[in-house]
This record gives sequence, structure tokens and C-alpha cells, in this order.
Amino acid sequence: MPLDFATLFPNGVLHYLVGGLLIGLATAAIYRGTGIAAGASTFLESTLSYVSDRPRFQQFRFVQSRDWRLVFTFGIVLGGFAFTALSADPWFVTEVTPTRLFVGGILVGVGTRVGKGCTSGHGICGVGSLSDASLVNVATFVLVAAGTAQLLFALGVRP
Amino acid sequence: MSDGSSGASGGDSPGDGGRHPLFMPLVLVGGFVFGVGLAVSRMARPEVVLDFLQFEDFGLLFVMGGAALVAGPIMHFSTRSEKRAPLTDRLYELRRKTLDSNVLFGGVVFGVGWGISGICPGAAYASVGIGNWPILAGIAGMFVGAYGQGVARDVLSD
Repeated sequence: MPLDFATLFPNGVLHYLVGGLLIGLATAAIYRGTGIAAGASTFLESTLSYVSDRPRFQQFRFVQSRDWRLVFTFGIVLGGFAFTALSADPWFVTEVTPTRLFVGGILVGVGTRVGKGCTSGHGICGVGSLSDASLVNVATFVLVAAGTAQLLFALGVRP
Repeated sequence: MSDGSSGASGGDSPGDGGRHPLFMPLVLVGGFVFGVGLAVSRMARPEVVLDFLQFEDFGLLFVMGGAALVAGPIMHFSTRSEKRAPLTDRLYELRRKTLDSNVLFGGVVFGVGWGISGICPGAAYASVGIGNWPILAGIAGMFVGAYGQGVARDVLSD
């Protein structure tokens, strides 16, 4: 397989790059204003603190950040909605089955919380901070995810 | 950790009374732009992530890489300014968690989940916005997983 540009990037790179720059800009703006390196997965536990009395979720760091994390997440939903409503990109419904999404989601919920972050907390803020924990975590989850996705594909799981 | 959390001005702890009125608007606008970025890059589509993981399209490298290349230098410059964040009075600190077995184990579990589903938390929230209603099953799973690990850790620590 020739490793030319069209093989590596069959859909081009522009929209990926623009999207990445916007995500970085948003992360940087929140950080400049608030000193907070915002990640997306802490929202899961901070929101659980509204409904669960368990000590794990009632930690100060979750209770004191749960309101702005709801607002942050609402903003992310709204941004996706506004772009799709106003651009030429069509509304999108995945063909990945709900079972796959649900089972994968459970592992994402466990793994991001045990591993102290996700694609944004480790992948953007942590890697941007040149944190050894984040570099190790990101390398781990990308390699494991690639292996998992390719194994499922080889086993004939579609889509 | 530098710490100023005892004061009412916010210190290390945003949300303890030291928030500027523009705090929530900035978080909302920041989230909005974050969501636009996830929609523009199409990372909010599980299929795009799965294509990346199957080495069909490496474009996703530009999303995480581009974001880290913008956010990283701004974070580094901020920490050297010796100033505090205007909306919380927090000290600027880099995001450096302790590297331990949890980081590795969590990364493996997250990786399996990401490989199965093609969704990560931020992209899943944006996915709701682009009309992808089945993603709600994935988000429900994330809450189940986050709850389960919380219960397990509470029980293990007793």
C-alpha cells in the first residue's frame, strides 16, 4: 500500500485541522480566563454527585465544579447543533448499533474516570502540558483502541 | 500543588464563591466553540473515529494534535506569567496528574471502549447536537460505567 497523501488522508485534512484548532482555542480561552484545564469526562462523576450520596461522587472537586461542567457540556451540545443547523453538513445518525455504543460507553465511563482523563483532559490539556501521565495514557488508549477496532472488524462486526 | 483554596476569592478552587460574573458565560462560549470544533472535524461521528482506528483515515491526528498545539503553548505561557486567572483568581498550573497504575489501567479500559464504540465523552456530547440520537445509548453507558467504578472504589476503600 503506497503511503501517499490520498491514502493516509482520503478525506483531506482541512476540516480536521480547523476543527482541532477550534477545540484548542476553546480550551485555551477557558484556561486563560479561569485557570481550569477543562476535560469532558469529569462531567460524568460531577453530574452523578447530584443524584448519588456516595462519598466518591460527593468529593469537593466534583460538587464544586458540577454546575459549570453542566454548562460546558450544554455548550458542546449546542455548538454541534448550531454548526449542523447552519452549515452544509447534514444531520447525522450513526449506523453503529446502540449495543455497541452502550457497551463501549460503559468501558469509556470506567476507563476515563479510573485513568484520570479522556481525549480532552489527557489528550489536549495533558499532552499540551507535556505531562508524562497524559502521554502514557494517550499512547495506551490509542493503541488499545486501534487493536480493538481492528479485531472487531476482522471478526466481521459491521458496522 | 500551589494552594489558595482557603480564601473566598477562589484560589485553587473555582466555584467556592470567587467566580467573576463572566465565568459562566466564558464556560458556555468555550463549550460552544469546542462543540463546533467537534462537529467541523466530524470527530462527533463514531464512523470517523472507527475509520481512524482501522487506519483508513489518519486525519483525526490533526484534531487532537491541532488542539494540543494551540492549547499547550498558551498554558505554558500562562504558567510563566505569575498572574492569576482573571475570572477565578486561580493560579495557572499545567495539567500534570500522577503517573500510576490507574493511568495505565484506565487507558487500557478506555481504549477498549473507544475501539468498540468510536465515542469519547466530549465527542459524544457534540454528537447529540449533530442529531445522532443513538449516541444517547453510549452516554447512558458512560454514566453506568462512571457510577460502577465509583461504587467499586468506595467498596474497595472501606
